[in-house]
Amino acid sequence: MKPLLKNSSILLAVILLVALTLPLYAGEYYIHIGVMVLFYAYMAVAWNILGGYAGQHSLGHSLFMGIGAYTSTYLFSVMGITPWLGMWVGGALAGVMGLFVGYLCFRYGLKGPYFALVTIALAEAAVYIATNAEGIGGAQGLSVAWTGNAPEMMQFNGKGGYYYVILVMTVAAIVLSTWIIRRRFGYQLLAVRENEDAAEALGVDTLRVKVQASIISAMLTALGGTFFAQYFTYINPRNVFGEGPSIQILLFAIIGGLGTVWGPVVGALVLVPVAELSRGWLGGSFSGAHILLYGTVMVLVMLFMPNGIVGLYEKIRQRIQNRNEKSEVA
Amino acid sequence: MVFSPELLLQALITGVLLGGIFALISVGLSLIWGVMRIVNFAHGEFLMIAMYIAYYLVVKGGWDPYLTILITAPALFLIGILIFQTTIRPILKDPSMNQIMLTVGLSLIMQNLALVFFKADVLTANTTYTRLNFMLGPVVVRGSQLIAFAGSALTAFLLYWFLQKTETGRAIRAASLNRDAATLVGINVRNTYLLAFGIGSASLGVAASLMIPFYYTSPTVGLFFGLIAYVVVVLGGLGSFPGALVAGLIIGLTESVGASLLPGSLARVLTFGIFIVVLLFKPQGIFGGKQK
Repeated sequence: MKPLLKNSSILLAVILLVALTLPLYAGEYYIHIGVMVLFYAYMAVAWNILGGYAGQHSLGHSLFMGIGAYTSTYLFSVMGITPWLGMWVGGALAGVMGLFVGYLCFRYGLKGPYFALVTIALAEAAVYIATNAEGIGGAQGLSVAWTGNAPEMMQFNGKGGYYYVILVMTVAAIVLSTWIIRRRFGYQLLAVRENEDAAEALGVDTLRVKVQASIISAMLTALGGTFFAQYFTYINPRNVFGEGPSIQILLFAIIGGLGTVWGPVVGALVLVPVAELSRGWLGGSFSGAHILLYGTVMVLVMLFMPNGIVGLYEKIRQRIQNRNEKSEVA
Repeated sequence: MVFSPELLLQALITGVLLGGIFALISVGLSLIWGVMRIVNFAHGEFLMIAMYIAYYLVVKGGWDPYLTILITAPALFLIGILIFQTTIRPILKDPSMNQIMLTVGLSLIMQNLALVFFKADVLTANTTYTRLNFMLGPVVVRGSQLIAFAGSALTAFLLYWFLQKTETGRAIRAASLNRDAATLVGINVRNTYLLAFGIGSASLGVAASLMIPFYYTSPTVGLFFGLIAYVVVVLGGLGSFPGALVAGLIIGLTESVGASLLPGSLARVLTFGIFIVVLLFKPQGIFGGKQK
C-alpha cells in the first residue's frame, strides 16, 4: 500500500509540472487542447459534487453554465464590469438557482430519472427564455467585446493566459472536491447516494446535504460558464443552456469514474485530446465526429465498465493486491 | 399579438391535431418505460431515423407517404430489437442512472450518425397531402394533420386493444406488473421485453410516416419530440394509454394556444413549466393513480 501511495504522488507531481509548463513549449493548437481538457475536467469535477458524490444526476447542468456565462458577459459588454467580478455575480445567481432547483426537487422526493427529467426541462426552458429575451441578445446571443490584451478583463493575446486561468480554476476545484470528500459533509453525501433511508435513519439531514451539494455544484459550474464565454468570446442560448453542453459537462465524470475525486479529471484527460485531434483531422467533412466518439465511449463504458476508468483501475489494483496477499500466505 | 376568436379557434384545432401525434409518439415510450422501468433517452432519435426513412422513400422513391408505414414500422421494429438485444438487455438490472447514460449515449450516436449521413439540412417532403387543406368555418384545417390525427388515434387504439385483449398483450402487461410472478406463471419475460421494445419502436415508425407530409426532418428533430414524449408520458401517468392520449391533447393545445397568445417561442416554456409542476406535485400523472 505504501509504495503505491508514493508512486501516485510522484505521478501527480510530474503531471502538475507538465501542466504548469505546457504553454512554454507547446504550440497554440496544443495549448487549445490543454484548455479544453482543463475546462471539461473542471466542469466534470463541479458536476461530480452533486452527480457523483450525492448521486443526484442532473442532465441539465447547462442551466448553471448559462447563468454564469450570460451574467458575466452581460455585465462586461453592457456595463463594462470586469468578468473577474462578473463571474462571482453569476456564481451567486447560479447558487440561488441551485438552491431553488435542489430544494424544490429534493423537498418533493424526486429521484433518479425524475430528477434528471426536471433538470432537462429547466435547462430547456432556459434556452427558450434566453432565445426570447431580446435584452440579452435573443437567439443571436451575446459577443464578448474584445478590449485588447487586458488580463484585468480576463482577455489575453494568445491562448497561454486562458490556459493558466483554467488551470488554476481546475486545481482549485479538485482541491475543493478532495476537501469535501474527506469531511463529514462528504461522508454524508456518499451515505445519501448509497442508501438514503439508512442515512436518514442515522441522523443525516439528507435534504439539507443534497441542497448544499446542489448549490456548490451550481456555483462552480457557473464560474466555468464565465470562462467559456471569455475563451470563445461568443455565447448563444443553445451553446450554453442547451442539451449539448449539459451532456458534455457530465460525460467525463461518467467515463472517468463517478463519485471519485479523480474520475472526472481522468475522463477529460483521456478523451478530450482524442476528440479534439479527431475533430482537427476530420474537420468540416465530419462535423459530429467527436460527439459520435463520446456517445460510443459512453455506451461501451456503461456496458463493460460502469464504474469508469478509475473504477476499473481500482478493481485491477484490488485483484493484484489480493493475489499478492495470497502468495504471501502460501 | 392581437387576440381574436378566430385565431383562438384555429389554435384549438391545430392543438388537438398536434396532440394526437404527440400521443402516438408517447405511447411507445410509455410502453417501454412502463414494462421495463427504463427511460429511453434515445426515444426521439428512433423517431428521427424513421422520419429519414420515410422522407427518402417519399422523395427519392416516389412512395405515397402513408404507404411508407409498410417499411418504417417493420424497420423500426427491427432496429428497436437489435438495439435492445445488444445494448439495453445487458443493463436491465443496473442502476437507473447507468440506463439513462447508456440511452443518452445511444441518442448521441444516432444523432451524429444522422449528421454524417444526411448532413445538418432541414428536409421537408412536399407531397400531395401537404397542400390538402380545407376551410371549416373560419379556420383552416390541414388535411395531412387530420389524417395524422386519425392515424394516430387508430394506431394507439390498436395497440391498446393488443395489450388488453390478446394473450401476448396480457403477457406484456403481466411482466410490467411483476417480473417474477410473470415468470412463475410461465411467461417468457425475456421475449416479452424484446417484443415490447420492438413494438414501442415500431409505433414511432408509424408516427414518422404520418408526420412526413407536414413536418420537417433534421438530425436534431428527435430532441424536441423526445422531450415532448417524456412530458406526455409523465403527465398522462406511466404506462397509461388513455392518459397518454389526454396528455398528448393537453400538450398539443398548450403548444398551439400558447404560440398564438405568447410572443416568440415562449409557449415552449409553458410546456416545460407544466412538466415540472406535474413531476413535482403529481409524478404519478393525472391517470396513474397507483404507481410512482
